[in-house]
Amino acid sequence: MTPAATNDVLIDATGIEKSFPGVRALAGVSLQVRAGRLVALLGENGAGKSTLMNILSGVFPPDAGTIRVVERVVPNALSLTEVRFASPRDAQALGIGIVHQELNLIPGLTVAENIWLGREPRTAAGLIDYARLHADTAAILTRLDLPVDPETLVGELRVGQQQLIEIGKALSADARVLILDEPTSSLSSHEVAVLFNVIADLKRAGVGLVYITHKFEELARICDDLVIMRDGRLVGTATYGELTRDALVRLMAGREPKEIFQKTTTTPGAELLRAEKIVLPGDGVGRRFLVDHVSLTLRRGEVLGIFGLIGAGRTELLETLFGQHAGRAAGTVTIEGRVVRFRGPADAIAAGLAFAPEDRKRDGVVLPMSVLANASLADLRPALRGGFVSPAREHAHIATYLERFRVKTPSVDELIINLSGGNQQKVILAKWLATGPKILLLDEPTRGIDVNAKREIYTFIDELTQAGLGLIVVSSELPEILALADRVLVLCEGRATAEFTRADATAERVLSAALPDRAMALAS
Amino acid sequence: MTSPDYKAFFARFRSLLALGLMVLALSLLSDRFLTPDNGWNILRQISVNLCLSIGMTLVILGGGIDLSVGAILGLAGAVAAGLLKHGLGIPGTTLWIEFTVFGAILAAVFVGGAAGWCNGFAVTRFKLPPFVATLGMLSIARGLTMLWTGGFPITGLGDDFGHIGTGAFLGMPLPVWIMLALTAVFVVVTKRTRFGRHLYAVGGNERAARLTGLNVGRIKLAIYTLAGALAGVAGLIVTARLDSAQPNAGLGYELDSIAAVVIGGTSLSGGRGSVAGTVLGCLIIGVLNNGLFLLNVSPFWQQVIKGGVILLAVALDKMNSKGRET
Repeated sequence: MTPAATNDVLIDATGIEKSFPGVRALAGVSLQVRAGRLVALLGENGAGKSTLMNILSGVFPPDAGTIRVVERVVPNALSLTEVRFASPRDAQALGIGIVHQELNLIPGLTVAENIWLGREPRTAAGLIDYARLHADTAAILTRLDLPVDPETLVGELRVGQQQLIEIGKALSADARVLILDEPTSSLSSHEVAVLFNVIADLKRAGVGLVYITHKFEELARICDDLVIMRDGRLVGTATYGELTRDALVRLMAGREPKEIFQKTTTTPGAELLRAEKIVLPGDGVGRRFLVDHVSLTLRRGEVLGIFGLIGAGRTELLETLFGQHAGRAAGTVTIEGRVVRFRGPADAIAAGLAFAPEDRKRDGVVLPMSVLANASLADLRPALRGGFVSPAREHAHIATYLERFRVKTPSVDELIINLSGGNQQKVILAKWLATGPKILLLDEPTRGIDVNAKREIYTFIDELTQAGLGLIVVSSELPEILALADRVLVLCEGRATAEFTRADATAERVLSAALPDRAMALAS
Repeated sequence: MTSPDYKAFFARFRSLLALGLMVLALSLLSDRFLTPDNGWNILRQISVNLCLSIGMTLVILGGGIDLSVGAILGLAGAVAAGLLKHGLGIPGTTLWIEFTVFGAILAAVFVGGAAGWCNGFAVTRFKLPPFVATLGMLSIARGLTMLWTGGFPITGLGDDFGHIGTGAFLGMPLPVWIMLALTAVFVVVTKRTRFGRHLYAVGGNERAARLTGLNVGRIKLAIYTLAGALAGVAGLIVTARLDSAQPNAGLGYELDSIAAVVIGGTSLSGGRGSVAGTVLGCLIIGVLNNGLFLLNVSPFWQQVIKGGVILLAVALDKMNSKGRET
């Protein structure tokens, strides 16, 4: 190692590779984190950003590559040592802190207990020193300008406040390197401003930061260096300001949905679905309505795109339409002119609806079952002979659907856990098409899917539209919505804020309808 | 194979190997082990545990647990014995119903099934954790057994009833016939019916199963009811064999049953395993008990060894699945 090059480098990761069953998440990625600088990590969903950060913070080990970290700070001569993290604790011990995208807080413990979990100050008797715990916590809350009592239970806080507590947790560890994975996704404009001040302070104190984001407007305020990732590879590094915004977008997206896919123009037919004043009350914390009097219509041979930011109520709207919140939700749903009232998903399926959920592992597939068993699960009747499941019949019935969606699997008897995300999604589509649906609800259909599978999914959506199905596609990726949808419905904080035809739907219009007022402050 | 679960297959293969090794070792160590009489003996002894364990397999495959099967066994046996011996008076009337052997059998299965249904109702309707719901039923069923028997054994049930436990048909003991028939039925139910497939799906991913339109509540209600009814069958065998319903019959049997299911390779987190594996698990426990007895190992040591085998089996299973998932 050359001392000159490592002068202010806190982490030097080279040639990092990582594969999961069916996916190559990282293919030889390198990253340097330098003292007093913030490197922004940009890339689409599934580009491998979070995987890389998980490796740097010891959540799981890389398959290949080396990580070298500063172990001791000696003035003017930072020396790097190669490390192998066995757990996040090892990374923490070397001063690497991370704020994950998902909240990792324990709702039943207080703010103070959460922040210092595992590092609680002790009294001489070995018990928790609550006086110091609360004083230390109050200091951190002041830094974050968060007016809550250290003894408040975390479960009682808003999601944005919880996100700040996560950040406070990382601050409390006095990390030398701090990784922030989309930290502002549910912060208010004031909270974002406070966070950016904290980041500036940290930089002055010589902390190295890695910042993952989708929001370009945030970069100007905090960013020093840029690293752009795509499909598990590094596709660009630059100093902030070297690249125009357009160049950045091109690097990130690789190919825009509009470039990899050409929508076939169809003339929508008769009305399939009409939903009026759909209401889903909140569960007591946060907003009063998760879905707030939303109305929509869907015609045969039409794609209705629903766009909204995190927390806009997109998923909740689809779930409500699918009968999942029966009993809590209100509103009128009409299918082909007949008013329906679903007591649960089974009723919705019987009425011709199908729903591919956003979180496939949690809600979509049964991981310990085979590809075939997953695909036949929604309707086993065609596989029955004399009341018993006949493997031959099941195979014959389902194989056509698996082939139609070009599911790549060594065998239909393979466990679905061993398939890539894209192929799992195709199995889910095959499952639903086998039930002969009229209306398909797709929630983030290409999340965590590589670009080729993405193109295939777009093509399937197009084919199904031409076949006369009505599709509702929810996506947080604007280019995807603009490429797929015949009409775009925009949600913001549970309410429908605008509806555009395909011709009227420009990125600027859709986005501004999706943003609550706070984003205006950031656009400067 | 309808749903080829390679992990379960290896688990089963490993259990088979372990069973083979045990049989081989015991044959060498004791000349009384490998005899036809002892073979029937082992099968007759495991028949009760297998009845319980088939039901336990269904419940565990569905992602639950049932701690009440031993207590339900005791209650069902006592009810059958009491009805057979004394009949049943209708409260508030002078009516008195006499029970035939067949009537007593139906009553035992019905009582078991009803108790199991209550478990399922508590789990599905009131969303109680299965551990808690069935722990409550354990205590309730034990208490009801004591109330019904007054704490004393009910004996002298007659030869016809005793036949269930001690009789034979075509040279094979009746409990073994019952056990084989139930095994065959439930292998088919789990592997070749819609209910079976849905059961694996509910245990494997309840949220996905619900979103795919499966009636999760009905499936859960069914498995607890079946587990209770099967405990009723086990209660009949135990009571008939002893020609007596003991108020404490079945005490702690739920633990042997969970052990058999786990040794048979069924995952406690649900969705993975098989009835066939559980048969092997029961055989392993049965052969172990029998062999240790023949070798004059003290009953206290028998318990220690059995515990060690359970831990070993689960540890091997964990190592196996870890190696596959990463």
